[in-house]
Amino acid sequence: MDFDFTTEEQSFRTEVREFLAANLPPPKERGRGFLNDWLAKVRAKGWVGFSWPKEFGGGEGSLIEQAILKEEMALHRAPPLGTSFMGLAWVGPGIIEYGTEEQKRRFIPDILDSKANWCTGYSEPNHGSDLAAIQTKAERVGDHYVVNGQKIWTTGAPWADWIILLTRTETEVERKHDGITCLLVPMDSPGIEVRPIENMAGERNFAEVFFTDVEVPVGNRLGEEGKGWAVTISALANERSSIGEVTQMFARLEALKDLVRSTRRQGRPAAKDPAVQRRIGEFEARIAAMKYNGLRYLTKQLRGEPLSSETSVNKLHRASLEIDMADFAVELAGLAGVQLPGGDEAADGGSWARSSLGWPSVVIGGGTPNIQRNIIAERILGLPKD
Amino acid sequence: MDFGFSEEQNLLREQVLRFMAEACPLATVRALAQGDEERRAALWQQIAELGWLALIVPEDEGGVGLKWIDLAVVLEEIGRGLLPLPVLSQALAATAIGRCGDAQQRKEWLPKIAAGEAVFGIGLYDDPTWIGPDAITFSGGGTLSGAKPFVQDGTSATHLLIATRQGDELGLVIAAAADAEVKAQPGIDATKPTATATFREAQPLAALPMSAADLGYLTDCGAVAASLEAVGAAEAVMRITTEYAKTRIQFDNPIGRYQGVKHRLADMFVDIESFKSLAYYAAWAIDDAAEELPRAASLAKAYASDAFARIGIDGVGLHGAIGFTAEYDVQLYLKRSKWVRSAFGDADFHYRRVAMSGMV
Repeated sequence: MDFDFTTEEQSFRTEVREFLAANLPPPKERGRGFLNDWLAKVRAKGWVGFSWPKEFGGGEGSLIEQAILKEEMALHRAPPLGTSFMGLAWVGPGIIEYGTEEQKRRFIPDILDSKANWCTGYSEPNHGSDLAAIQTKAERVGDHYVVNGQKIWTTGAPWADWIILLTRTETEVERKHDGITCLLVPMDSPGIEVRPIENMAGERNFAEVFFTDVEVPVGNRLGEEGKGWAVTISALANERSSIGEVTQMFARLEALKDLVRSTRRQGRPAAKDPAVQRRIGEFEARIAAMKYNGLRYLTKQLRGEPLSSETSVNKLHRASLEIDMADFAVELAGLAGVQLPGGDEAADGGSWARSSLGWPSVVIGGGTPNIQRNIIAERILGLPKD
Repeated sequence: MDFGFSEEQNLLREQVLRFMAEACPLATVRALAQGDEERRAALWQQIAELGWLALIVPEDEGGVGLKWIDLAVVLEEIGRGLLPLPVLSQALAATAIGRCGDAQQRKEWLPKIAAGEAVFGIGLYDDPTWIGPDAITFSGGGTLSGAKPFVQDGTSATHLLIATRQGDELGLVIAAAADAEVKAQPGIDATKPTATATFREAQPLAALPMSAADLGYLTDCGAVAASLEAVGAAEAVMRITTEYAKTRIQFDNPIGRYQGVKHRLADMFVDIESFKSLAYYAAWAIDDAAEELPRAASLAKAYASDAFARIGIDGVGLHGAIGFTAEYDVQLYLKRSKWVRSAFGDADFHYRRVAMSGMV
């Protein structure tokens, strides 16, 4: 057991810190052109697609250096390394694993250069958690597929250039996981209609997406026909250690402690209230558990041992922390906690009030907490499927 | 960066697992807890020969010279099997004497601890709910008189390590168990016996100075050790209950198919993974990052105390009536979880210590 980094790893961390010192001004000083400059600079460093093969423009960096990079970026509250979160998180890795040479050449550079925004067409009106039951049809006609159906809760659809789309190419199958085909579809294809949905926080980030006789060339199929489920599983499993996330959560805990320090409850400092102290301690323990769980799982990966579905553990922690920390902060600050940004009395500028409405995007996307519990119970504990 | 165990540590774990399965299965645990002294002495001899009691004792004082993170493997596995022998108290005695004793005292006592010749019970705090210097009131200095409550493993000990106070000065004394009246106290968990030791002008065998920092360090080590034992014990509850959920048929299905059951088991997994990670880190910190120990120990003990208590209750509850029977093993773990709750500081104390150290 050893928590030290090698000389090379330490010098990589120094390199990242020096880069951030030189290229990341404080948030208030970030002007109009900042983001584009930033994206070009991290791209030139080879840090976008950090673990992807060099052949396709990636950095081919090690797992541990990737963890260091994520940790430092989160610690310094740097913007993302690219504009297409989904492109970098799973579409790119999916294409690298399952794509043809031509697809790799065509799609990977634009993801790395933030030229193409991707969204993910998985959930349907009747099939969310039960993803393998999707109904959106793709029928092979000559050298293209004709797609009909509907997706929903498609985050980023209002501004995406591409969608990675799960379709059903076969209906008469023994297992519902068979007969699913994954297509890469331009969002400006004739027959696609996007209707944004307003969420409870008042944002319009996700949408219904309708497909009416949308023609998709066979060359845009990712993986084999009927084998799209494997592509999906591998994409969902592509999230690695949660080290960057943990750093963000520690930063939010610090913000919460600041709020406690500056809050008086019933005339007395909240920081001296044993019930408040206990809650803060509980949050810290869960975040610290995420950190050390992440390091144990990272160690397993470094040793080449297979990971089962352990990442669901930290997903469940993240979900409950997102919900509980914001809820606690809103209660702590009383009626000032309920005021939204712009409110004269809003605690922390209304940021906790906003988080208390924003958690479903983190908590539900990628599998609800109950789906994560099913995964743990069935895949790790071996309990029967329900 | 490597947050995993070495090959040697894994071999040690296998040795402990094998020992627990062959020499001390739960049927034996029950017999020992009911006072089978002959078998207790034989098992103690065996684990001394296996070197578990010598692990963290320095080599030139008759030990193996390893670290707490090595002992962690033993503690986790004996926790899994609820070994009712005072390995934890013995390790704390070794730690206390190694840290507070002078050269002569270390030379005299550590080899006996390592060999298992001296069997230690430990009494730190006189207050049942309080961790800290002010919770020690037993009077030290000169001869010993009065009652020391909550002496862990005092009943089977040959020697007692007792925390004392003389004015503002804290101290530790080593006394022969034979020089005290050691009264076993009935407790929820018979595998973690405590006693009240009453002294009447008894002569201590040794007196060691102890600073508040020493006391904090010892308590943190105890908290980490109890958490590590809780890791193994909680995993045992999860395993027993999972097996039951796979085989118990109700409404034509194994009950493990129902989300009311399977999700509770998944939550157990999440919690155990989590306080396991915290406990391993804290065990590593004891020898390799002492400045981080107070926070690390509190995080581990706070999480373990609450989570294991819930796991104990749910382990029994998910079984239905059979879990409530004395014959069924899962209830033994619920009993252990009650002891873990309060030993070396409860969840409330440790959560608030974490919060206050970073906030007030």
